[in-house]
Amino acid sequence: MSDKLRQIAFYGKGGIGKSTTSQNTLAALSEMGQKILIVGCDPKADSTRLILHSKAQDTVLSLAAEAGSVEDLELEDVMKVGYRDIRCVESGGPEPGVGCAGRGVITSINFLEENGAYDGADYVSYDVLGDVVCGGFAMPIRENKAQEIYIVMSGEMMAMYAANNISKGVLKYANSGGVRLGGLICNERQTDKELELADALAGKLGTKLIHFIPRDNIVQHAELRRMTVLEYAPESKQAGEYRTLAQKIHANGGNGTIPTPITMDELEDMLMEFGIMQKEDASLIGKSAAELAAAV
Amino acid sequence: MSITAEETREQIVAETKTRNRALIDEVLKVYPEKTAKRRAKHLGAYEEGKSDCGVKSNIKSVPGVMTIRGCAYAGSKGVVWGPIKDMIHISHGPVGCGQYSWGSRRNYYIGTTGVDTFVTMQFTSDFQEKDIVFGGDKKLEKIMDEIEDLFPLNHGITVQSECPIGLIGDDIEAVSKKKSKEFGGKTIVPVRCEGFRGVSQSLGHHIANDSIRDYVFEKQGAEPKVFEKTPYDVAIIGDYNIGGDAWSSRILLEEMGLRVIAQWSGDGSLAELENTPMAKLNVLHCYRSMNYISRYMEEKHGVPWVEYNFFGPSKIAESLRTIASYFDDHIKEGAERVIEKYNRLTEEVIAKYRPRLEGRTVMLFVGGLRPRHVIGAYEDLGMNVVGTGYEFGHNDDYQRTTHYVKDGTLIYDDVTGYEFEKMVESIQPDLVGSGIKEKYVFQKMGVPFRQMHSWDYSGPYHGYDGFAIFARDMDMAINNPVWSLTKTPWE
Repeated sequence: MSDKLRQIAFYGKGGIGKSTTSQNTLAALSEMGQKILIVGCDPKADSTRLILHSKAQDTVLSLAAEAGSVEDLELEDVMKVGYRDIRCVESGGPEPGVGCAGRGVITSINFLEENGAYDGADYVSYDVLGDVVCGGFAMPIRENKAQEIYIVMSGEMMAMYAANNISKGVLKYANSGGVRLGGLICNERQTDKELELADALAGKLGTKLIHFIPRDNIVQHAELRRMTVLEYAPESKQAGEYRTLAQKIHANGGNGTIPTPITMDELEDMLMEFGIMQKEDASLIGKSAAELAAAV
Repeated sequence: MSITAEETREQIVAETKTRNRALIDEVLKVYPEKTAKRRAKHLGAYEEGKSDCGVKSNIKSVPGVMTIRGCAYAGSKGVVWGPIKDMIHISHGPVGCGQYSWGSRRNYYIGTTGVDTFVTMQFTSDFQEKDIVFGGDKKLEKIMDEIEDLFPLNHGITVQSECPIGLIGDDIEAVSKKKSKEFGGKTIVPVRCEGFRGVSQSLGHHIANDSIRDYVFEKQGAEPKVFEKTPYDVAIIGDYNIGGDAWSSRILLEEMGLRVIAQWSGDGSLAELENTPMAKLNVLHCYRSMNYISRYMEEKHGVPWVEYNFFGPSKIAESLRTIASYFDDHIKEGAERVIEKYNRLTEEVIAKYRPRLEGRTVMLFVGGLRPRHVIGAYEDLGMNVVGTGYEFGHNDDYQRTTHYVKDGTLIYDDVTGYEFEKMVESIQPDLVGSGIKEKYVFQKMGVPFRQMHSWDYSGPYHGYDGFAIFARDMDMAINNPVWSLTKTPWE
């Protein structure tokens, strides 16, 4: 099995919907008969809650701290099985403001690899903290980890900015290892010309917009019940969207590219091209709404 | 036309300078261009009349070379704080830093180890993976609780930060404050001496000095509760009592009529630190590691400080008179009396060893004050220091060195393993004085060696008593019959 093991990772700006998108998509992949392992790499440990129906579980690091060290742990202690036999592990980490969460990610991933957590899986999916703040959070894109990175984004300026930054991280490791950019996943925020922008950004980054997920409140309803849409309302239109995305990702194996990140200026130029920012708007930079009103 | 002695001397100096310059050029040849350019600034020959030694100092070592330097943690835990005997110094972080620096500086002290004094014990938070990930604050609290339980006679605690503490942002200040309050106002000092800070151990000295200022002086208010002053109170600053150095220094000050109220920090205690601002005069031996706190006490408490040198009878006599000049005739007479008293001992030592050591040459590479301070002691024995350098000196050290070295002396700042080896090989001195890492390299080259950090498990070397031991040790190294056996028989 493991010779065709696919390792993927979801990155993106904080709050963009990485965990929701990834869990729904993975649930859909599981419907396709794929055996899935989810590795949550966020100290908040909420990457698997829709699959497990529980908010927090015993994380690798909290159990290791209790037991003394990771060497004292068994795989069974940390591995939980959820919806459709999807296996889930949360790395966990310290409370905000203490210790080193990055080191925690490194420790956990090493533990999982050494203990054969990936045996028998078709897919390993890493769900990573929004900002790659240090080397620890880049762990999944290093050599022999995720082969394809999917960036969850939207038409918002900062989400695109983050997507560009993550591409830089992927580029850094693309040359030394085998990591590739799988594509962008646009999680609709209903901003102006969102689809066109996302498509254009994908083009600039040398990748493709793999799927545009329309906004649907059913995701909220499912989330409140700690469920994926696939489980909560399998017949819904939104469940179909995630199934489509799952099929596209499944078909995308080996089609990843080395990204071509752009500069901040190029990013702004692109927004101007789409008329979201006007050329003459340069005079507006740094002006508050009140100042602008006074000027008119 | 006869050649005068002056002309001969000048000729020798000129030859030495030429040789030293050629040697520096040769040594620099092996380096890549950029490295050679950087290292060239740290090597030179002293030019008489100049205000410093003409070398750059206190700059980051070049990557790839073997430097002899230590780190900020070494400067704080190893040098400044470690010898304070009635406080417990926690090496906060992974076990290695504490383990490998354990007991290595031979700071002698009086007390019952493990009961009221703790210098030769090692306390560490022994960080594991989980402490890095989750932070070590809780563990630090637990250690402090255990210290209070197991060692109730401790007078205080210091937290000596190792590198990871600064990386993971452990709030050692908050823990120290909390525990100090819990333990009834006990002095608990967090020290931010993470090893990666600065270019050498020197910054660690400075950080440790500042922590004494912030957590000993400023916390206690203006004056300690009970202290009876006398007009003759002095504090010994910057003597770490290696092999008993501070003791053989202290008796001289006491014999001349002064009262030593504190030793910083060899055989020192927290109470002594607290009392020091009451001194009339701070006498400063190791300028490099404790000038900071001396300047602070001068500014804040009006305590003047004076540098002195207790290596070898010439410098001792000079220093005793300088110290006495800050006091009345009673002390000035006392200084003369002490010099007179030890005159016979000194003469006997010189009579015995000078003929065996006369004209022998020495190359030094040490830290702190020794690259200059010990030169007088060698000269009292008729020996010549032909090369010297500082591990972590600053420019003010090299300025002070000009009072000691002769014209043309080879100077090497932060010398690299390769440079030192090459220079010794070429100059072939009769003795090298440096540290444990250098010792065996030179002994294998057939060059006599003395460790001048730890006194090679001997000492003291300070004061008149120390000079007798110093002379014996140098003779023992240089005139050891083993050197005549090192000739290769088949050559």
